Amino acid sequence: MQTALILIALAALILGLAAWRIQGQARLYEVGFGRQLATTLSSKSFQLTLAGFVIFVGLWWVTVSLLKLPWFNRLPGPLEVVGEWLSPTPTFGISIYTKDYYTHIFYSTYRATAAFLLATLLGIPFGLLMGWNKKFYDYSLPLVELIRPIPPLAWVPLAILVLPGSEPAVIFVTFLVAFFVTTLNTLLGVESIDDNYFRAAKCLGASNKDILFDVVVPGALPFIFTGLQISMGASWFSLVAGEMIAAQYGLGFLIWDSYSVIAYPVIFIGMATLGIIGWASSALVRVVGRRLMAWREAELSGGARAEV
Amino acid sequence: MNANNSAPVCRAADGALSVRDVTKIYDPEGVHVVALEHCSLEIAAGEFVAVVGPSGCGKSTLLNIMAGFDYVTHGEILLDGAPLATPDTRPRPGSDRVVVFQQGALFPWKTVLENVTYGPVVQKQLDQSAAETKAREMLARVGLSNIEKSYPGQLSSGMQRRVEIIRALINDPKVLLLDEPFRAMDTVTKSASHEYLLELYNATGKTIFFITHDLEEAIFLADKVAVMTTRPGHIKLAISVDLPRPRNYRMLASQEFLRLKSQLVEAVHEEAVKAFQAGEREMA
Repeated sequence: MQTALILIALAALILGLAAWRIQGQARLYEVGFGRQLATTLSSKSFQLTLAGFVIFVGLWWVTVSLLKLPWFNRLPGPLEVVGEWLSPTPTFGISIYTKDYYTHIFYSTYRATAAFLLATLLGIPFGLLMGWNKKFYDYSLPLVELIRPIPPLAWVPLAILVLPGSEPAVIFVTFLVAFFVTTLNTLLGVESIDDNYFRAAKCLGASNKDILFDVVVPGALPFIFTGLQISMGASWFSLVAGEMIAAQYGLGFLIWDSYSVIAYPVIFIGMATLGIIGWASSALVRVVGRRLMAWREAELSGGARAEV
Repeated sequence: MNANNSAPVCRAADGALSVRDVTKIYDPEGVHVVALEHCSLEIAAGEFVAVVGPSGCGKSTLLNIMAGFDYVTHGEILLDGAPLATPDTRPRPGSDRVVVFQQGALFPWKTVLENVTYGPVVQKQLDQSAAETKAREMLARVGLSNIEKSYPGQLSSGMQRRVEIIRALINDPKVLLLDEPFRAMDTVTKSASHEYLLELYNATGKTIFFITHDLEEAIFLADKVAVMTTRPGHIKLAISVDLPRPRNYRMLASQEFLRLKSQLVEAVHEEAVKAFQAGEREMA
């Protein structure tokens, strides 16, 4: 039973990696998924990726389970962690069969998503405005530059005191980090637009409003989406910090709680889950970006791409 | 809107540019760079004028002022007798004089068709479908029928520039301002681009103001080649090119072509030497 589950998990991992490769290549629209999957699985670079995973897990197993090196010998090996993760009757109460596991995932995802969306909704217009209007830029940039370096954790006490309850506080702290990343990348995106596009649009009779929607927004989009990917990562990063201090549920809370009761495997499960969800959310942002920027895809696939 | 593809050659009734004693000083309070000084040039309606001169001599400054990207400090430029640029008027770009840029400025996020229809649609002169019909017709005329759904990044530089010229011409401008549009091209692409440009010029009869530093290109394309001095720039001499139209590459070897070329080489070389010495002075 246990072995079968581990094998299934392994297969899922390989397929997941392959799917990630495929969306990384973005040729899904041209050839079918099946054919793409076959090519990807047999490609050299995919095998190297797989080898990387094997080496990582192997080192873990060798240091922890086989050699039982000092300091490492208290840690669970990969087999114990995966066993616990996939066990219908987990020793420490958290596995894919327990309701609690999904409650934690739900709370973290909900908070990260709320903070990320809020940051996107406010950050993109704010950044566009900064790039578009010199006056607004002069007003806001020094403030942004001063407030931005304050680490998210430093906001937690104030956020808890001011905001009603710990839930908005955690979301606020997460939002703040994502907001600055999105704003500054959007600003950078606007600044990166070649002056000639503005001139060309004016020559062709575009009004300021036309230029905003036909030049500024599409021209800044590549940077905006790079920013959104970083913002997504940053959201998770500060969310977990917030959850460790001020939350009743969530993966950050789970990890911290497991620390206080010394439930090693649960710490690993929490961390690995964060890794998977964080990666998936960034990939989602990337896919949306690709859909919106067909022109860049066309350019990339039109030109020769470096193959190492 | 009249699609004038029925008449093979029609000289424009308007599009006469008159550059009168134009001086342009950048940063007059500070560094005080005199880019143009007492620069005068007459361009008749429908005339193809090429401006040559050493780099940094102010050719692009003059074009930018005509386009409405920049102020003049003294003097004025008239378009069909009406003031286009004076020290007191706010520079205003407009679709009556469209620029084709040196590095190309097709919007990379729009398809070829969206790029070409942009002007008429954004000015609300044509609705989307009418603009598309006209765009397809004009693209077909320069042999670009199957690329309307492509993005500019997928096209060769020669095709990109052709599309950009069409994007300008679809607005039926009075003047076409070309800022070294073929500069970065290889010889083959360049000469093909020349032929397309001349074809379009013959068909539309637009006034063309063409900046280049390639003397052969200037003679081959233009009715008149103006030589600009090194900074502060003004027009040192303007030579009429009496080669018959339509022109073809065989004229590059004709007596007349060679005579004009040696005349221009002489004039430009003198300025290039001055520019070089001025550069050395600045370095010292």
